Amino acid sequence: MARSYISIEGIARRFPAPEGGRTTIFEDLWFAMERGEFVCVIGHSGCGKTTVLNILAGLDEPSEGAVIIDGKAIEGPSLDRAVIFQSHGLLPWRTVLGNVSYAVSSKWRDWSKAKVEEHARKAIATVGLTGAEMKKPAQLSGGMKQRVGIARALSIEPKIMLMDEPFSALDALTRGTLQDEVRGICRNTGQTVFMITHDVDEAIYLADKIVLMTNGPDARIAEIVANPLPADRSRNEVHKHPAYYPLRNHIIDFLVARSRSFAEELAQPGKVWNRRAPPIVTPGAPDTPPPLVRAV
Amino acid sequence: MTRSIGVRALVLSLVILAVFLAAWHIAVSGGGGGGQAVDPEYARLVGAAAATGGQTPMPGPIDVGKAIWKHLSDPFYVRGTNDMGIGIQLGYSLARVLLGFGIAVAVAVPLGFLIGMSPLVYRALDPFIQVMKPISPLAWMPLALYTIKDSSLSSIFVIFICSLWPMLINTAFGVASVRKDWLNVARTLEVGPLRKAFTVILPAAAPTILTGMRISVGIAWLVIVAAEMLVGGTGIGYFVWNQWNNLSLTDIITAILLIGLVGMVLDQILARLTRLVTYPE
Ligand SMILES: Nc1ncnc2c1ncn2[C@@H]1O[C@H](COP(=O)(O)OP(=O)(O)O)[C@@H](O)[C@H]1O
Ligand SMILES: [Mg+2]
Repeated sequence: MARSYISIEGIARRFPAPEGGRTTIFEDLWFAMERGEFVCVIGHSGCGKTTVLNILAGLDEPSEGAVIIDGKAIEGPSLDRAVIFQSHGLLPWRTVLGNVSYAVSSKWRDWSKAKVEEHARKAIATVGLTGAEMKKPAQLSGGMKQRVGIARALSIEPKIMLMDEPFSALDALTRGTLQDEVRGICRNTGQTVFMITHDVDEAIYLADKIVLMTNGPDARIAEIVANPLPADRSRNEVHKHPAYYPLRNHIIDFLVARSRSFAEELAQPGKVWNRRAPPIVTPGAPDTPPPLVRAV
Repeated sequence: MTRSIGVRALVLSLVILAVFLAAWHIAVSGGGGGGQAVDPEYARLVGAAAATGGQTPMPGPIDVGKAIWKHLSDPFYVRGTNDMGIGIQLGYSLARVLLGFGIAVAVAVPLGFLIGMSPLVYRALDPFIQVMKPISPLAWMPLALYTIKDSSLSSIFVIFICSLWPMLINTAFGVASVRKDWLNVARTLEVGPLRKAFTVILPAAAPTILTGMRISVGIAWLVIVAAEMLVGGTGIGYFVWNQWNNLSLTDIITAILLIGLVGMVLDQILARLTRLVTYPE
């Protein structure tokens, strides 16, 4: 069997517990992503989503296991993987252009200053910020800052984008616009995206696959929801699709109840669940039985 | 509204100054009753004439004004080792402060950088810094005189020592508390350690470092006066001490005013620089 583009293979992350010993945030976590896929991860605060993303980014290391990308194990951060930070992570003493140029000149170190700037301006234009190049981050609204973060990530032409709740601090209107833009850009450039979100509708609109994570400690990937909506969906049509409500209800039901009681669910007789291959479900579609593997 | 409060504050300042000068003038020209009983210990210390105050009454604001005018109209004359213009004396003090402070910057900023980058070194050196910091810089003077054997270099050393700690502590603290997010940005962009130091850590820590410099320069200016009183020779501190021996209170008050003004200018320069590197978040 050919390996997936991104393959998370049995990773664990443990932190020293305050009262001694070690807390296991998650262990033996398996998950795979294909090239060009848009994956959203949903789970409650503190379950370990950011930790997984940091491991994918190379900013953190798993205590056990490995992540293989394109056949190679991750060793530290890489310019092939751009991170969009929850708190935008802009350098406040640099202008918008300065922030994006910093990334561009880090990727192409032999480029002339003019070439770097030209490239950075193009990225800034892509996210609709032309005219704000000389502003400092403090002069920008939350949505504009997040746009700069996206422009910076895009400017280095990464193979993978890792986004940690990029829109959670924005108002609904700005969030919607940015979702449209990100979706458009990622589809056009064939980006592989791993995105953490709290927002069910955001996940439904953006993702090809939605990963449902249970509450920590010892969080698990309970299920992977394959999005039944058509790939060329539009924001205003999404909720008219017959699969929309079953899908939405399934995710909300998970967040409200199952994420907490997943251990009991597993203990039920006849329940089949394999941590190496979490079941792929498609709410709203005719039931496909999960693979028959012994529960672990 | 803000404009009017500025104007009103200025008027009030002038009124306070006028009241103070008037009170000073009246107090000095009023009862000059000499010949009070004098603590004999004190008399022995300063000389009988000075103790009774008979020959040199406290000068009034007009006398001091004249003295200031005299000093400022010819600040740079040199008529022998004990008779130099007040500008020259201030120049000596400033040169010592800037030299000692400059060497302290050259040591404290790179060292503070290294300390701040490594939590281990930070913790290991912290007890030493905490012990060294509260030592009065003048306590170093005998040791400096003994080892360096040069009074001028010794006062520069004392300035160096007293400027060092605030900058060292602030640099280390500023470097250690650079936001993780910004460091992660550099890491995800595969920025090398040297470029990271100059493009992320230095700008991020600059306001804290400059604040340390501002504290240092303030302390250095306080300490130089005392140090020069101690070692003598040249400088505004020595000038004050010399005028005390000459019982020239007008000159002493002039010097005090100038010390205050120069200190304020030094502080304002550093404040301006701090504002230049401060970034709004
Ligand atoms: N450096 C750390 N030391 C100890 N515990 C940590 C550290 N970083 C994260 N954690 C813990 O790991 C858990 C998962 O954190 P995180 O991945 O940020 O969760 P999420 O992003 O899903 O909200 C949390 O319970 C958090 O307290
Ligand atoms: Mg998080």
